[in-house]
Amino acid sequence: MTFNYKTLALSVTAITAIGVAGLALAEYPEDTITYIIPFDPGGESDVTARFQEPVLEEVLGVSVNVTHRPGGGGAVAWSEFQNSAEPDGYEIIGVNIPHIIGQPIQRNDAGYTTDDWRIVTFFHSTPNALIVSDDSPYDTLEDLIEDAKENPEAITLGGSGTYSANHLDMLRFEQEADIDLTYIPFSGTGPLKGALEGGHIAGIFNYTMLGTEMADSVKVLAVAAEERVKALPDAPTFKEQGYDIVGGAYRGVAVPKDTPDDVVATLEEAFAEANRQITERQEPLGFVMEYITGDEVDEVMAMLREAYGPILEEAE
Amino acid sequence: MDMLLEALTSLLTFESMLTVLIGVSAGLFIGAMPGLTATMALAMLLPFTFSMEALQGLIALGAVYMGSIYGGAFTAILINTPGTPSSIATTFDGYPMARQGRAYEALAAATIASVVGGIVGVIFLLILAPPLARLAVAFGPSEMFWVAMLGLTLVASLSSDSLLKGLLGGCIGILLSTIGVSPVGGESRFTFGYPPLQGGIELIVALIGLFVIPELLTMSAEGRGALPDGGELRKKEVSIAKIARRIFSKPANLIRSCLIGQVIAIIPGAGGNVTSLVAYNEARRFSKEPKSFGKGNVDGVVASESSNNVMVAGSMVPLLTLGIPGAPPDAIILGVLLMHGLRPGLDLFTQSGVLTNGFILSMGLAALMLLPVGLLGGRVIHRVVIRTPYYFLVPSIAMVTILGTFALRNSMLDVGIMLLLGTAGYFLRLIGIQAAPIVLGLILGGIAEQGYVQTLMAAVVDPIPWLRLVRNPLSMVLAGLVVLGAATALVPMWLARKGLLDKVDDNDSGGSS
Repeated sequence: MTFNYKTLALSVTAITAIGVAGLALAEYPEDTITYIIPFDPGGESDVTARFQEPVLEEVLGVSVNVTHRPGGGGAVAWSEFQNSAEPDGYEIIGVNIPHIIGQPIQRNDAGYTTDDWRIVTFFHSTPNALIVSDDSPYDTLEDLIEDAKENPEAITLGGSGTYSANHLDMLRFEQEADIDLTYIPFSGTGPLKGALEGGHIAGIFNYTMLGTEMADSVKVLAVAAEERVKALPDAPTFKEQGYDIVGGAYRGVAVPKDTPDDVVATLEEAFAEANRQITERQEPLGFVMEYITGDEVDEVMAMLREAYGPILEEAE
Repeated sequence: MDMLLEALTSLLTFESMLTVLIGVSAGLFIGAMPGLTATMALAMLLPFTFSMEALQGLIALGAVYMGSIYGGAFTAILINTPGTPSSIATTFDGYPMARQGRAYEALAAATIASVVGGIVGVIFLLILAPPLARLAVAFGPSEMFWVAMLGLTLVASLSSDSLLKGLLGGCIGILLSTIGVSPVGGESRFTFGYPPLQGGIELIVALIGLFVIPELLTMSAEGRGALPDGGELRKKEVSIAKIARRIFSKPANLIRSCLIGQVIAIIPGAGGNVTSLVAYNEARRFSKEPKSFGKGNVDGVVASESSNNVMVAGSMVPLLTLGIPGAPPDAIILGVLLMHGLRPGLDLFTQSGVLTNGFILSMGLAALMLLPVGLLGGRVIHRVVIRTPYYFLVPSIAMVTILGTFALRNSMLDVGIMLLLGTAGYFLRLIGIQAAPIVLGLILGGIAEQGYVQTLMAAVVDPIPWLRLVRNPLSMVLAGLVVLGAATALVPMWLARKGLLDKVDDNDSGGSS
């Protein structure tokens, strides 16, 4: 009997040892990775994920499964992720600025916090742009500002969502230029186009993509980027015209907080490679490719939190 | 034109043909089951399209839609029980014909009428939708507010026998639409501190719950083993050619019914039951021998079945242009479009024009497919429908429904919401509040809210902000239509109470309290 026990004990020890060794040696990744998109299919986040998917699969050598968990402007998926995702790198989720900064400030029950995860990288940004239709009386940013000074609140600018990147940067623009405009939130880019074409709003404060998409029928008065966007070479930046507004939506990907460093590093590289391979297809659409990782992530977050935080706190 | 041809080529593949064939057969089967409506058929089969591409998924659902509306005629004629509510008027003359031993004649006439109706609806959609979509940009926030109000007014009066209960249903729907993050403003409402509710109530989840679950509960509550073994489909008494000649030799009835079908189809929320009743009523009124109606006049069957199949494609005119479903089943199609990132409006006819036109044309193909499927497969389908016991049917459907709901967003919460709404829907139906106004309220509530708030936000500088709701001509016209719609709902009721209106059926239960 004792012999049997001994054997058992030995074998258990051996198996455990092998198991632990195996775990330590196993190269991440060796299993399917689930890539959660917290928005509906067809949006910018989804389109980008579809571009990335084949490259990620090639680089990582496992299949990457893009799933959608829309709701609450992303909050449903984010709260679920922070509550239940395992820190093993097999569950990753798309994150967007300013959503993850704004929602927890604005809502009592957002169900997640801005920092309770580890952001692997921000892979691109879409700068804001001020767009008016071709037959608009405003030919330059100055025209619009002059009119706004004479008729405060009379100029209506449509954007996507409330306290979104569009809304927040429009509020910053109001402060910088010392004018009063009226912001009208729409539920996405599709209805915005219709509203501008139908003359229901004076202009649009949306992303550069809409400027490229509607290039034939609109004038882009200003772009909220450091330098001119490749897809819109003729559109001046706010900075050029003397207004210090750089902002827009940043898209990236996050993992749970305790995810091992080597896993994060592997993902970083994979997303960077995906970016390099899809640049040619994304840049013409108006995206600005980014390679923000590590400490830079914190810098970007701090910069935008500083820019948007006070506006959001004030609104609350 | 190029787009149409391109769409046609994308449709003329083996895969698409097969999808249409399977869709029509499945729709026919479900539509023929009494109690299982077209909306239910779409809700149940929706999950099977998840793995398909956008076009194939839409083709499949269009075919199911067409098949199920037609399928309703089978049981309407054979056992006097409409398979779908849109075949109510088919029973009036179809069943008497079956009792006279003319079941085959009635079914063949229903088939021919359905094929013609289906194709006419597709033609109307092809002609009407693109120019209307171009006009869609004229519908700004204030106009959309009025369109939503118009839909709510009309659905309240059309979808149930009592205006008050219809309005009540609409209000319940509007309340449900306020759960989650608000469309303008972005604050979360009615989440009761439970973060997952920020996502609100997904339209398709509500649809599945409200349309499928009450029906399943009703079927179980009836406690029947299966349907009564009623009329039978005997040998051909007359040749199809002869029936077709009879229908086409007097096209007035067919043309009138199709036109009525199209006009009613565009009205939000008014489904096949309304089209078929109105078309039947008009057929009788214009007939030289009105007395023969109700005793087995084939024209009655033709009027009912052609008008309800016009509705299939015809009701998608407001759906594809403005995002407002013309009939309850269209709400599912709306959900599918949004799921694939396709937004109703001009883009559907320009950017994704090939896909949209492919979908529209596929419904024409589905209508044509009714002819062989209905006439050849009819006997089999009839036998299966009559023989399948409820104790097998109900659990199977419940299973598919739950799995399908979960698969939508991988969410157990959705399953819970679906079951909760379904159960509530059952009890609401017992007191006469139908699912259709609730669902329309859910869709239109959000649209109305957004339009109203956006309009008022833009009007901050106006002295009287709400006047902006009726500032431009189009919104004035629409506001006028809302008043008119309310009047048309109230006036016939007043007339009926005075006994001045010639009612189709005499079960006026005085529901106008």
